[in-house]
Amino acid sequence: MTDQSRIRNFSIIAHIDHGKSTLADRLLERTGAITEREMREQMLDTMDLERERGITIKAQTVRLKYKADDGQEYVLNLIDTPGHVDFSYEVRRSLAACEGALLLVDAAQGVQAQTLANSYLAIEAGLEIVPALNKIDLPAADPERAAAEIVGVLGGDPADVSRISAKTGAGVEELFEQIVDKVPPPGGDPNAPLRALVFDSYYDAYRGVVCYVRVVDGELRDGDLIRFMATREEHPASEVGVLTPRSVEVAKLGPGEVGYLITGVKEIDQIKVGDTVTTAAGGASEALMGYEEPKPMVFSGLFPTDGDDFERLREALEKLRLNDASLVYEPETSKALGFGFRAGFLGLLHMEIIRERLEREYDLDLVATAPSVAYQLVRTDGSESTIRSPQDLPDPSEIQSISEPYVRAMIITPSEYIGTIMELVTNRRGEVGNMHYLTPDRVELTYHLPLAEVVFDFFDNLKSRTRGYASLDYETDGYRESDLVKVDILLNGMPVDAFSAIVHRSASQEYGRTMVERLRKLIPRQMFDVPIQAAVGSRIISRETVKAKRKDVIAKCYGGDVSRKRKLLEKQKEGKRRMKMVGSVEVPQEAFVAALQVDD
Amino acid sequence: MAILPPAHPDTAELAAGWRSAYVHIPFCARVCPYCDFAVVGGADDRMGEYIDALLAEIAMEPAWHPLDAVFVGGGTPSRIPLEHMARIVDALAGHFGLADDAEVTLEANPEDWTEQHSDGLASLGFTRVSFGVQSFDPVVLASLGRLHSPQQAAEALGVAVSSRFGSVSVDLIYGHPDETDDSWLETLDATVAFGPDHVSTYSLTVEPGTELWRQVRSGAPAPDSDVQADRWEQAAASLGAAGYTRYEVSNHAQVGHGCRYNLSVWGQGEYLAFGLGAHSYRDGVRSRRVRRLDTYIERVRSGIGPIQSSDVIGGWDAELERLMLGLRRSAGVRGGEGGTALLDSADGVRLIDAGVLEVEGDRLVAAKPLLTDEIIRAVLDLEEPAG
Repeated sequence: MTDQSRIRNFSIIAHIDHGKSTLADRLLERTGAITEREMREQMLDTMDLERERGITIKAQTVRLKYKADDGQEYVLNLIDTPGHVDFSYEVRRSLAACEGALLLVDAAQGVQAQTLANSYLAIEAGLEIVPALNKIDLPAADPERAAAEIVGVLGGDPADVSRISAKTGAGVEELFEQIVDKVPPPGGDPNAPLRALVFDSYYDAYRGVVCYVRVVDGELRDGDLIRFMATREEHPASEVGVLTPRSVEVAKLGPGEVGYLITGVKEIDQIKVGDTVTTAAGGASEALMGYEEPKPMVFSGLFPTDGDDFERLREALEKLRLNDASLVYEPETSKALGFGFRAGFLGLLHMEIIRERLEREYDLDLVATAPSVAYQLVRTDGSESTIRSPQDLPDPSEIQSISEPYVRAMIITPSEYIGTIMELVTNRRGEVGNMHYLTPDRVELTYHLPLAEVVFDFFDNLKSRTRGYASLDYETDGYRESDLVKVDILLNGMPVDAFSAIVHRSASQEYGRTMVERLRKLIPRQMFDVPIQAAVGSRIISRETVKAKRKDVIAKCYGGDVSRKRKLLEKQKEGKRRMKMVGSVEVPQEAFVAALQVDD
Repeated sequence: MAILPPAHPDTAELAAGWRSAYVHIPFCARVCPYCDFAVVGGADDRMGEYIDALLAEIAMEPAWHPLDAVFVGGGTPSRIPLEHMARIVDALAGHFGLADDAEVTLEANPEDWTEQHSDGLASLGFTRVSFGVQSFDPVVLASLGRLHSPQQAAEALGVAVSSRFGSVSVDLIYGHPDETDDSWLETLDATVAFGPDHVSTYSLTVEPGTELWRQVRSGAPAPDSDVQADRWEQAAASLGAAGYTRYEVSNHAQVGHGCRYNLSVWGQGEYLAFGLGAHSYRDGVRSRRVRRLDTYIERVRSGIGPIQSSDVIGGWDAELERLMLGLRRSAGVRGGEGGTALLDSADGVRLIDAGVLEVEGDRLVAAKPLLTDEIIRAVLDLEEPAG
């Protein structure tokens, strides 16, 4: 057990590519936590996708021994946090395990919306913020401006902002010293009943669920019977240890210490991140904080392109869920796309990551329906329900009201783009909130927007309007009643469930026309005219027709041709078999994929 | 044989019992850009050895029934000198025998046709000539790579219709991008004016590997299938008004002038075949002959024979083929086991609902002939009923 006064628990808050992983690597090297030989670049990001996208999805944690200038040895627990708001619940849990946060900002790019959002969370959690500018070695670096921005957000003196280069090592030693000096040591009573916060967990095929814990009071001892206070589950602590970053077993963890706990629990759902661990005998009566079930915000239907892959998709989702309790899914049947799943995600990035992992790691070819959100529905009979799929929305006559989730969006942008962003936000039914100048030419804008609008290519639009300079972050902001309608797309009079969407009434015409025009180009001519209609309830709002094909016959079929013509027709038949039938209309799989593409 | 309208169901069924033979002549002055048959351009000097091989192949074939129909196709059979043609006809007549009223057809190019040639062929026993006229529009003829002029076609037809041939037929090709509605109508009118007994109208098709295919692939306009549908309808109207009956997707005839050889093929009758790239169908086996001239000659000479591959067409497979071929006829096809399976299938229901397929008594008929392949694809997909 370590003396509390020699412990510093902190996390690093940084935007994608601002150098968090490189700095963490410097720290690992400096403390000798891993040898040169073991040094992989960016040790802490382990998943391929994390490395590729330069983001952290699962929190990592590492305990380091650091010999400071005062001659004392300190234990630094670096608790890595996911950098994206999709995972803000995870960010909160990780921050709750810390006393300080290192705010790392690229000296060339300045403060970004996500960094800002996470900084606010850290301030809310009462953490000591240690600001630092990275990449000062870059020619484009503008430390003065970036420091001014940080001060604009946090207050204080620009002179107190460290300037470093994680890459060259410049200023890094001084920064480590600042962590020891500024981040307060953890409090906590070693003699009080055990209270430890579960701030993350992952599934290990051999050891079951491994919990990351931060002890607040008392001692977590190997072998003790422990209780999870929220779930009231009791299990023996079969292994307690620290991560150096390799797992090292210890006999116990005391106040302020960070480590892992294994209880033999095999299912990730059984342990709730945010729960408090205490002892079964003589345990604490009050938990540290309430835990929340992860709340999926964005929903999408996932269907295998090849219907035979349904079982493989199920297995892949099961495997992903072992490590990601926030991924929820249930079987969904689409007349058009066959058997698949309706999956719920924390946000857009989470959705993209899951889809990419399914396709890459599990080699699945998927059709994903347009992302939607969860609506709250009140029927005319007064009953209330949550709608996650347009298919579940009843006839307009049965609806009394529908509410949709809103978000508070933070956008940081060079001030020259304010006009175009306002226009975008207004088009997306947004309401202007605050405008806060970080520096004379950089602004933080706050808006209230329906989540459904953000989910639908908002970020891409923002990026293109601001030539990539604006950054966006958002957090949930309750529900509001809206004038929403379901637009159905009918092929030859049959609704195609995969194309239905819940949209604001003012956007229904546009959605209907776009889909109908797209489909007219994608659906091959059939033996008869195929009307393609967009409808709200029974009202047709847009219509196109795929004219019947007129000629589909081989000109010549004589003695010399029979075998060849037959082979040709059989080959054409093969192509037809890959079509999906919507009523009596043959629709190629590619048409579904192309029609659901959000681009252009 | 009774004189029946060519589209009459009895004609169609009767044809199933006819026996015929196809003889392939691959030689052409020049290969047309749309042609994907087994042909050779500018190799007339090989005719002698080719015909020797052809006769050798005929001699190798086991004896059969007297032939009801013989079809000498190509290529350009009219390029073969009369004395060579006499050897071919003699060989077939001698080896198999010809039925008393046998139909003996020769394909001909207008530019080869003279009165003397015409008389000579009639004397050899040819009863039918089929001209590759293709169009009466000089622009279209040039685009199709044809060597004759509209005048030459007119002269050849004039000679043929007043000769001793029992049937004169004209082949037309429609739907080349250079053709217009008017030029097609004029071609039909000019054709009708000569009063041939039989007219075949083919939509121009871009066959893979042809010169036309290469042109289209590098950006030349492709035939438009909607335009071709218009032209097909125009042909049916013009020829119908002139007393012709359409008895197959692309074939029109006056009463008594349906092509027996082709009717036999669509009725799943058996046929022998001789020559380069030719297909025979005898005793339930369909055989394909090699397509290269040198290989053909060499294999016949060496006694190996020219067959490249054979398929046994039996059982359910034969039943599906019976429907596939028969549905191209205006008379349609007896439903039978395959027809029942089709009508029971989801595809069958769609075809009936769409008005593409119709049931007429015990027969299935393609009610929209231009969509016949929709039906045939459904037929070829049918599973054999259990038990």
